[in-house]
Amino acid sequence: MKLTGAEIFVECLKREGVDTIFGYPGGAVLPIYDAIFQKPLFKHVLVRHEQAALHAANGYARSTGKCGVALVTSGPGATNAVTGLVDSYMDSIPTVCFSGQVATNMIGNDAFQEADTVGLTRSATKHNFLVKSVEELAPTIRKAFHIATTGRPGPVLVDIPKDVSTAVCEFVYPETVEMRSYKPVTKGHHGQIKKVVTAMLNAKRPVLYTGGGVIGSHGAADKLAKLARQLNFPVTNTLMGLGGFPYDDKRFLGMLGMHGTYEANMAVTHSDLLISVGARFDDRVTGRLDAFAPDAKIVHIDIDPSSISKNVFAHLPVVGDVGVVLGQIMKELERRESGPDEAALAVWWHQIEEWRAKDCLHFEQDMDGPIQPQFVIRKLHELTKGDAIITTEVGQHQMWAAQHYGFKKPGRWITSGGLGTMGFGLPASIGAQIGNPDAIVIDVAGDASIQMTIQELATAKQFMLPVIVAILNNSYMGMVRQWQEMFYESRYSHSYSDSLPDFVKLAEAYGGTGYRVTKPAEVEKVIAKALKNRDDFTVIDFVVAKEENVYPMVPAGAALNEMVLA
Amino acid sequence: MRHVITILVENEFGVLTRVAGLFSARGYNIESLNVAATLDPTVSRMTLVTRGDETVIEQIKKQVNKLIPVIKAEDISQTAHMEREMLLVKVRATDDTRAEVLRMADVFRAKVVDVSEASYTVELTGKANKLEAFLRMLDPLGVIEMTRTGPVGMRRGASGFTVDS
Repeated sequence: MKLTGAEIFVECLKREGVDTIFGYPGGAVLPIYDAIFQKPLFKHVLVRHEQAALHAANGYARSTGKCGVALVTSGPGATNAVTGLVDSYMDSIPTVCFSGQVATNMIGNDAFQEADTVGLTRSATKHNFLVKSVEELAPTIRKAFHIATTGRPGPVLVDIPKDVSTAVCEFVYPETVEMRSYKPVTKGHHGQIKKVVTAMLNAKRPVLYTGGGVIGSHGAADKLAKLARQLNFPVTNTLMGLGGFPYDDKRFLGMLGMHGTYEANMAVTHSDLLISVGARFDDRVTGRLDAFAPDAKIVHIDIDPSSISKNVFAHLPVVGDVGVVLGQIMKELERRESGPDEAALAVWWHQIEEWRAKDCLHFEQDMDGPIQPQFVIRKLHELTKGDAIITTEVGQHQMWAAQHYGFKKPGRWITSGGLGTMGFGLPASIGAQIGNPDAIVIDVAGDASIQMTIQELATAKQFMLPVIVAILNNSYMGMVRQWQEMFYESRYSHSYSDSLPDFVKLAEAYGGTGYRVTKPAEVEKVIAKALKNRDDFTVIDFVVAKEENVYPMVPAGAALNEMVLA
Repeated sequence: MRHVITILVENEFGVLTRVAGLFSARGYNIESLNVAATLDPTVSRMTLVTRGDETVIEQIKKQVNKLIPVIKAEDISQTAHMEREMLLVKVRATDDTRAEVLRMADVFRAKVVDVSEASYTVELTGKANKLEAFLRMLDPLGVIEMTRTGPVGMRRGASGFTVDS
């Protein structure tokens, strides 16, 4: 069957099981858009800026477990996509981005809307391709999906020149993909597994420290829960790992790191065995490295060998898919005659409960005072029964959402962890809602962040997505202000959100519903109203306490146990 | 510590930039880098010389291996191995120095590859320190220009570093 490149594109996506793509047309992708128009084999969601296409694909991928797909044009289309690509790269989210390119005979001529997209995105992607002939297109698309979704997942970009889209060739879809240079290891080394299990059974003060790998690996969260309950080990999550272990299990210590809980950070610091599962010892997690878990033997389970011993030396590295490795560990545990050291664990838990008694996330809501941002998050949890998909922008509101919402399972917490991209949450919520039409999807936002991609309200309107944008409006770039207060003697250099728009009118202008909430007593009522609105989006402008800080906080460069509690 | 890393990569467009870009992005230093196709034309072989402590080198190896078109990488500097580098040097030739240039070339077993009325161009292959010694000897005679390849290297012995090995 002879097909054009554009038709091959459509056929390949169908065979990859793609049901939705996020994109924005332009000159170099016109042939592809024409093929999509003529043969609509999947849903196309028109975003209002290419950055949003990538964030939406990210939100879609994380909430459905499928690969996110974006389509953008050449030049500015591709450069706009770069932030979203880096975001997915830092958080290891499987995404394939297709970009148009000027015709092959024009490449390098500074043609209209030409950019060296492969050059620009080389360090923004797990891998990228420039397709130089139509014959290469199908095999390249096959490889792109394979690379994006296997090993440590990540974004892959495929740059398609316009003449490749229009050229014709015999269409053959490669059923298998074989790459001698790319063969990710999924199964852990048996000898290492045995050592890990022995270390677990001998541990007196163990902590399971789990990250995004548990979320990204199919079935890993269930295995983690089983393992932690069987051994009665405490579990702490990284920001990316929230939802990997149920928040309401008593073994859950909360998030660790810069804004982690007192009990999580103290437990890690005093542990004698730290079992890292799909986490990467990020600087926001470890604090000062020489004081990080100084007495602990470190077990590091990760699919990416380059994560192991990058920041913290791992005594027992295990390379493999965390779900597979956790399964291997449980099998090995079954073979052992003895169990964990229960006497030591009882002492350890007693100590942890003492730390927990500090109640470090405590806040007071004076019903006659200003709204506390934490109160809004708690109410969101209460009214959604903890079942909503929460996306966030970046800053204080993100940390409050992480600390106070409480996640039961993977795929419900969608935040920009590694790159920290303001403007991530709204497009991510759109992707999540498209992938989960019946779910409650809430973008917890700040007044500054939301303005970075607010044009996506039009996308929400067009596709009648009932996303709720909950703005915690303190008229500041709150986290910047907090740092300025704590470390720059309250010199609030350019962190005041001057000339804020009226978010209620803005919501209405975009065709949705807007509410402003100024009193604590109204919080619940308005959230309930928003939850009932399933026809279009809702923006709630929560006017919150202006100078509330996120606590606990480990100042940059301090040790994890040197927390500022309030 | 100086390390010599041998890398087998898919012989495809952009692979050199990927390796070089990795080094610049992560702040590693490249002393020299050599690339050429192997007997199998779909595979290129790189010899990369870098410096760093054990942790840095370990991380470099992992990061290099993580690049999709990299088939395998090996640090040969801690093993019995050989390194060779080539030098082309153009030396001024006057009535006073002409004989001395030729004598030096002879001593170092270098080859004269170009002659003009006012110059000799000499080719020398060897280890870096041999090339440097040669350059030191030629310097007083008037070096016009020189270019060096940086080393290529491989392990000693019968085993090979190939895709299938």
